[in-house]
Amino acid sequence: MDNNSPYLHPQYETLSREEISQLQAERLQQTVKRCYENVPFYQQKFKEMGITPDDIKTAADVRKLPFTTKQDLRDTYPFGMAAVPLRDCVRLHSSSGTTGNPTVILHTQKDLDEWANQVARNLWMVGLRPDDVFQNSSGYGMFTGGLGFQYGAERLGMLTVPAAAGNSLRQIKFMKDFGTTAVHAVPSYVTRLYEVMQEQGVDPRRDTKLRVLAIGAEPHSEEQRQRIEQMMGVKAYNSFGMSEMCGPGVGFECPEQNGLHFWEDYYIVEIVNPETLEPVPDGEIGELVLTTLCREAMPLLRYRTRDLTRVLGHSCPCGRNHVRLDRMRGRSDDMMVLRGVNIFPIQIEKILMTFPELANNYLITLTTDDDNDNMTVEVELAEMFTDDFGRLQKLNKDITRALKDEILLTPRVKLVAKGTLPVSEGKAVRVVDKRKVYQ
Amino acid sequence: MTIHQLSVFIENKTGRLVKVLNVLKEAGIQIIASTVSDTVEYGLYRIICDKPTLAYTLLREQGIGVTMNDVFAIQISNTPGQAADMFDLFSRNGINISYMYSFLLQGKGIIVFRTGDTDKTREVISLNKLNFISEENLNQVL
Repeated sequence: MDNNSPYLHPQYETLSREEISQLQAERLQQTVKRCYENVPFYQQKFKEMGITPDDIKTAADVRKLPFTTKQDLRDTYPFGMAAVPLRDCVRLHSSSGTTGNPTVILHTQKDLDEWANQVARNLWMVGLRPDDVFQNSSGYGMFTGGLGFQYGAERLGMLTVPAAAGNSLRQIKFMKDFGTTAVHAVPSYVTRLYEVMQEQGVDPRRDTKLRVLAIGAEPHSEEQRQRIEQMMGVKAYNSFGMSEMCGPGVGFECPEQNGLHFWEDYYIVEIVNPETLEPVPDGEIGELVLTTLCREAMPLLRYRTRDLTRVLGHSCPCGRNHVRLDRMRGRSDDMMVLRGVNIFPIQIEKILMTFPELANNYLITLTTDDDNDNMTVEVELAEMFTDDFGRLQKLNKDITRALKDEILLTPRVKLVAKGTLPVSEGKAVRVVDKRKVYQ
Repeated sequence: MTIHQLSVFIENKTGRLVKVLNVLKEAGIQIIASTVSDTVEYGLYRIICDKPTLAYTLLREQGIGVTMNDVFAIQISNTPGQAADMFDLFSRNGINISYMYSFLLQGKGIIVFRTGDTDKTREVISLNKLNFISEENLNQVL
């Protein structure tokens, strides 16, 4: 490794567009072959569509392939999508199963190595080197932001502190005592850390050696990023990942901070119209669809991420020609991402329906207040059941607690009179997202 | 020994109160006393009127959240210290007042309240011969 090089993997990072296409064609052929030969789910799909691996000759041929959805992963739970025997797998990550079966993602040792390489490439790209101290203030366990950054930062050669999320006082002490130069966390947690620093009279510029922040796993706007940069006095780089691909590492901003480079030696990136599933022109917002090119344990073809974004360009002053995508603009399904937690409206509905005092109509509103993303749940009372304020407030508290147990966040619950929430024609509008990132 | 009171759930938004009042107006129902207790988000609008059962039915028909409860109404004379003396009685008997409000009816002060222990309250009212108003004589007074 040459510490002065801006690239950790120059042989891949600086490929021309033609070279990327050529590499993708080769890797796609191998991936398709593995899927066809080892995954009954894909074999079946190929037969239904009348295609064989021989039909795939170029990277553009990816469009001939079937899509894969999260539902497919649930339907084949737990190991139906594995392309290798379980004895060849060394790691399993799983998403929460609150809306049905959880999804399971398997990794071979090579998958973990490649995952670490992607994260290491990203951290190198934003200027981190082996003499940096990396504090990962992200949840560990099943959440891939923990182990993903841990292994990636170690791969780069940094002293890596698995601080995990929470306990802000200890985080700040670690930062000061260990000489932390880089922190990874969800953006709302960085804001929280700064608040606690202020309470403690700690100035991140004066009292820490911090110079780089990696933020991701929850939607945030350019304005939020800039505010975080001003608070902490360092650059904050946007990170994109999803457990289905591996975890963090899939896309990351370079020092230009003009979109996230998605690593096309690892993935084929498509942006499609979520209704027609046809590709949209560059610059137009559509659903991100990813095909893995290097995954052994669980290769996925044309995985519909449900994240909405657009192509910003294919060249960059940083010298990398890997596609640049805009920060995520929303979702093509009704999933909400709040402070890194995935929430579906049906989870909220399920809880509300257990209270006989409540009617069926409810409205979820997401807002950004003082840099924190919050959820307000308004729900109509079925019948007036009391003239006692105490009982109304107790109901309010009981609903709040039950929702917190389900979605792991504390929403603000507002009881409203029957018939007062807007009822749209046809399908009821259940979620209003007023967060800055989507405006 | 008690009178009917309506409690209407009202959101803290423009026009909600008027909606309730218009229902009563159209049915020719007379409000004798009313009060709004509020929190930031919603309030309880408590009403004493001449036809509570009719008002309750009509409000429900309009989809308005309403309950009907019985509350105590005691008439006191218009001299200083009357309310203090009365509530002192309840207090000494260990009775907690959930809420209260007062109004004037034909020059006489009336205090409406609800307590944590209805039976004990009845006992105290009887023993002390407090001048209570019942649903029947409320309408006679009108």
